[in-house]
Amino acid sequence: MHSLILATATRLIAALMLVFSVFMLLRGHNDPGGGFIGGLIAVTAFALYAKSRGVDEARRALTVHPTNLAVAGLGCALIAGVLGLVRGQPFLTGQWITIGGDGHGHGGLALSSILLFDVGVYLVVVGSVLGVIFAMEEEI
Amino acid sequence: MTDLLLIAPILVSFATAVAAYLARRSRARTRAIGLAGSAVLLAIAVVLLAEVWRLGPIAMQASAWPAPFGITIVADLFSAIMVLIAAIIGFAVTIYSLGDIEPDLEAAGYYGLYHVLIAGVCGAFLTGDLFNLYVWFEVMLMASFGLLVLGGSPAQIDGGIKYVSINLISTVMFLIAVAILYGLTGTLNMADLSVAVAEVEDDGLLTVVAILFVIGFGIKSAVFPLFFWLPASYHTPPVAVSAIFAALLTKVGVYALIRMFTLIFTHDVGFTHGLLLAIAGVTMVTGVLGAAAQNQVRSILSFHIVSQIGYMVMGLALFTPLGMVGSVFYLVHHIIVKANLFLVSGVMNRLAGSFQLGEIGGLWRFKPLVALLFMIPAFSLAGMPPLSGFWAKFVLIRASLSLDTGAGYLIAATALVVGLLTLFSMTKIWGEAFWKPHPAGDHGVAPRLTAGRSALLLAPIIGLAGLTLAIGLYAEPFYQVSLAAAEQLLSNEAYVAAVIGDGAVLAAAGSGR
Repeated sequence: MHSLILATATRLIAALMLVFSVFMLLRGHNDPGGGFIGGLIAVTAFALYAKSRGVDEARRALTVHPTNLAVAGLGCALIAGVLGLVRGQPFLTGQWITIGGDGHGHGGLALSSILLFDVGVYLVVVGSVLGVIFAMEEEI
Repeated sequence: MTDLLLIAPILVSFATAVAAYLARRSRARTRAIGLAGSAVLLAIAVVLLAEVWRLGPIAMQASAWPAPFGITIVADLFSAIMVLIAAIIGFAVTIYSLGDIEPDLEAAGYYGLYHVLIAGVCGAFLTGDLFNLYVWFEVMLMASFGLLVLGGSPAQIDGGIKYVSINLISTVMFLIAVAILYGLTGTLNMADLSVAVAEVEDDGLLTVVAILFVIGFGIKSAVFPLFFWLPASYHTPPVAVSAIFAALLTKVGVYALIRMFTLIFTHDVGFTHGLLLAIAGVTMVTGVLGAAAQNQVRSILSFHIVSQIGYMVMGLALFTPLGMVGSVFYLVHHIIVKANLFLVSGVMNRLAGSFQLGEIGGLWRFKPLVALLFMIPAFSLAGMPPLSGFWAKFVLIRASLSLDTGAGYLIAATALVVGLLTLFSMTKIWGEAFWKPHPAGDHGVAPRLTAGRSALLLAPIIGLAGLTLAIGLYAEPFYQVSLAAAEQLLSNEAYVAAVIGDGAVLAAAGSGR
């Protein structure tokens, strides 16, 4: 299927969706949202791209093979989980470090294993769902 | 230490999956990682069962969120038994895969998907949280879809689409039921739920939720009338894949049914478990009749999964201690036997050249060892003494007779007749594939395998057949463990106490449960 309207609109919409997916991913850091829903939004963007431009174009736009993404994500999530174990706490217990700030929890950049876990989930969702979608689209 | 032990089966499987994928450029290394992962999992599962046997139910709270707010990982005896049996099958089928799976599938990530599937199965057995159970079902679904279509022949894609669509319906049912249950009780922790459902006033709505769970898990476990996806998809993938599916996937559904209907939905046993009993009876009969009409080895075996699921649900539906023993024992026996039959069917195909009964024969004359290895699981499946299936059926029928009701006698009679019909199907395979001469003459049966490869194929079959014999000849210890597991299932104070502490149990006792 080729539609000029869809193809043109996709350029804009897909880019917006990708930005929004990263926003959702980071927002889940402290508020509802996070890797899963962010990943699904990114998948929607690429699925739309594949619909309007063909799977080959979409694969090229993704640059990385979907399976690689999924496995990388699984690795991130595993590492985030094991970090707690290393410090003698239960599996998946959140570990935090703050870069900068005044040392009393104000300001600075707070990084956590939770964020790493969410990034992992994001990558797993993007990789696995896109893998299925691309495979099916090529089959049809 | 128990914290680590509880999460270890899931961690090891995921780590193996990632490692196998990272090493995908070297065939030898992926195979070694796949095998090592399965072996480590087996060792962990043994230790886990020993710990649970010693300590009673044990639990951990993931990321240190206290129950019922966080995700609880919990193992009682039933969970630990299921993890161990999954690990045994996982190990056996991994060895078989080394000889069975073609190099291009190995390169496409077979061992990675395989271990993600095992992780999903172990996670489902170990989780103490209903929504988390849903997540594990999804993990299994993704991995099993990948395995099902690996290789990508049109028949596989066809079976895969059917499999995924029907499973998505099941998942949606499950999710709706979870949502309503959360609305009713405000919790999704299973131990907490077992306390909280006692305070739900609307018993009717609770029964509706219970039925939604029956439908959701019923599709997963392939009970009547929701089993059609199973025979439609299990005969297409590589033999190792269909063996691991046949052994574990439907049984996770049965596990979930047993867990839900012993721990949570015991408010109206007359109706819910009565319905389960009816489902069990019809499932047994339709499965075995479906099998009688098939002429392809793996299709026959697939229909027999359906019929055997009926027996496991039957033990749950009887809801007596002996019935639960029967269910647990039957699960263990069936997983071993069914995996083994699928593995043997693969060897038969490689030797005689087809899965179609009409196109093969002569295996008894040329390959008596394979014939013997088929005979053990096949007759165990049919319930011939002294094999494991005999004891499993014996306990179940004894349990239903001791009910001393019309329904009890009816289900016992059904179970016996279905056993006889199972024997008919097995003798059909026996007569066609083993006794009858090969249609292509004496050259029909040819060793199409190198010695190393056939050792990899036969070793797990011999091991599993040995287990079947061991359970049959030394049934007592297995019976005792099943008995202890059944007691924990029926009086779940220890389970609840392990998850949320003793206070909640006292409160539950105070509210008249």
